[in-house]
Amino acid sequence: MQKAITAPRRVFLGFNYALLTLLTLTCILPILHILSISFSSSAAASAGRVGLLPVDFTWSAYEYLLKKRDFFNAISISVMRVIVGAIVNMALIVITAYPLSRQSGAFAKRNLYMVYLVIPMFIGGGLIPTYMVIRYLGLLNSFWALILPGAVSIWSVIIMMNFMRGIPRSLEEAAACDGASHWRILFQIVLPVSLPSIASLLLFTMIGHWNSWFDGMFYMNNVDRYPMATYLATQIMSNNKNMTNMTPEQLALLARLSERTVRAAQLFISIVPILVVYPFLQRYFITGIVVGSVKE
Amino acid sequence: MVPRPTKRKNRYQLSDPRALHIMLIPAVLLTAVFSYLPLAGIVMAFQNFRPLLSFWRSSFVGFAQFRYIFTVPGFLSAMRNTVIIALCKIMLSIFVPLFISLLLNEFRGKRFKRYVQTTIFIPYFFSWAILGGILIELLSFNGIINNVIESLGRERFAFLMSNRYFRAIIIASDVWKGMGYNTVLFLAAITNIDPTLYEAAMVDGANRFKQLLNITIPGIMPMLVLLMILGLGGILNAGFDQVLIMSNPIVRETIDIIDTFVYRLGIESQQYSPAAAAGLFKSVISMALVGGSYLLAYKTTEYRVF
Repeated sequence: MQKAITAPRRVFLGFNYALLTLLTLTCILPILHILSISFSSSAAASAGRVGLLPVDFTWSAYEYLLKKRDFFNAISISVMRVIVGAIVNMALIVITAYPLSRQSGAFAKRNLYMVYLVIPMFIGGGLIPTYMVIRYLGLLNSFWALILPGAVSIWSVIIMMNFMRGIPRSLEEAAACDGASHWRILFQIVLPVSLPSIASLLLFTMIGHWNSWFDGMFYMNNVDRYPMATYLATQIMSNNKNMTNMTPEQLALLARLSERTVRAAQLFISIVPILVVYPFLQRYFITGIVVGSVKE
Repeated sequence: MVPRPTKRKNRYQLSDPRALHIMLIPAVLLTAVFSYLPLAGIVMAFQNFRPLLSFWRSSFVGFAQFRYIFTVPGFLSAMRNTVIIALCKIMLSIFVPLFISLLLNEFRGKRFKRYVQTTIFIPYFFSWAILGGILIELLSFNGIINNVIESLGRERFAFLMSNRYFRAIIIASDVWKGMGYNTVLFLAAITNIDPTLYEAAMVDGANRFKQLLNITIPGIMPMLVLLMILGLGGILNAGFDQVLIMSNPIVRETIDIIDTFVYRLGIESQQYSPAAAAGLFKSVISMALVGGSYLLAYKTTEYRVF
């Protein structure tokens, strides 16, 4: 039996309800605002008349982007990056995590490998030496500069490793007794069982590749080679630089001249893939995080 | 006839262990090239590095570059900004989600809880390239926030050029972006608390507030301590990509951090060696902090990363 809710508690719950709803609105309304700017006429957008619904609905920002070659180019580089990067990362996560998930009794050098792979988590060369290495390797301006430096993601390897450790040993031992090699055990026993955690790591990896922009700006000299996120970021940064030596009147003018609706459309297009995978992601991430960070 | 010695293998070594080494080759090589080679590249911090001369033929200058960076205008203020911004972010990104999760915990219904958790997690998955663009749009001189301010009868305000508010904007937006993550962590910790404790408290006549103070808070204390300790390791990481995207020359004095300082010095002014020295200075302190915080976390809460 539940006790009747007292009046002060009712006030508290109402207040609580309002506060949390407000908090969720701070996460939803900005996206809605950007979306409605992108579908509004330039005039309405620059006059600041757009709130949460489009004013003078139009597709013109999107039509303009369809014809913009460098934008398309950036999107196709991002798509390539997500596909190739996800394949490379996942392949490496799986074949690296499997040997590391063996007990050191079965794999004598396991701890040595582990230490070797974990040290870079604590100390790295830093921005400038890394740049120089990429430069001397001839990877500047190459697509692979976006894939290879981050190909071994040790955090994901550790998560995968911990998952593989939880798989009952008896399955693997039975296969080994029948003469199965480690490759066979990995691909026919461990991998099928690990599919749920592979799926969640895959989604995180894909979002990571879609989102990362700094490496694109850092290693590519040419705008033609920028992925989508870098393309967006450099635009924002150059706008920031320009606006700083202007008076408020000039700023208002600039906002009117610049394609505010187009910028909003670009932002929204780069949000869409994340929103699309979000429901799937959401199924995994809550358990994923908890498993990854709280170990008993 | 001598009986053949039975080749009885270790129970664990039925399959050929060489395969395990082969599986690790790609990761070992990639780590060598992209993590250890840059580590070796740190020598450039002690050189007067010229890219055309490479690491081999550039002249060594000892600690001269380290002495030099302290004379570069902006380095000391970048250090101060880094620590201020990072400390505020660490503290708020623990206490704001803690507060949210305690509020959420007061609800019986699952649906509202789930809705809040799902929604506040959305910004976590957006990059700063996207969020920076959104924030700048919202906060710009004729953006929607200024529209609201004006409709309330106040003057429009150039938030993005205000040395007074920009630091707070950087901190608040970062806390906002990450709040979903720690909220889920805290909620998980709250769920793990033994429900019989609450039943016992109710029998003893403790109200919800007393239950909160005496059961919930002590119950999640280990998680709280752990997050704070692990956060300590990040005191020199104030959020490179966020600051790089959102900053502009006017607010540089209040939000420039070591990482953006290194980036400008190294890539924009091509002073490779001083930039590498500044970066090394930061990563040595960081390494000590991260190592120390992991050790402390292990000592106090038995938390292990590996």
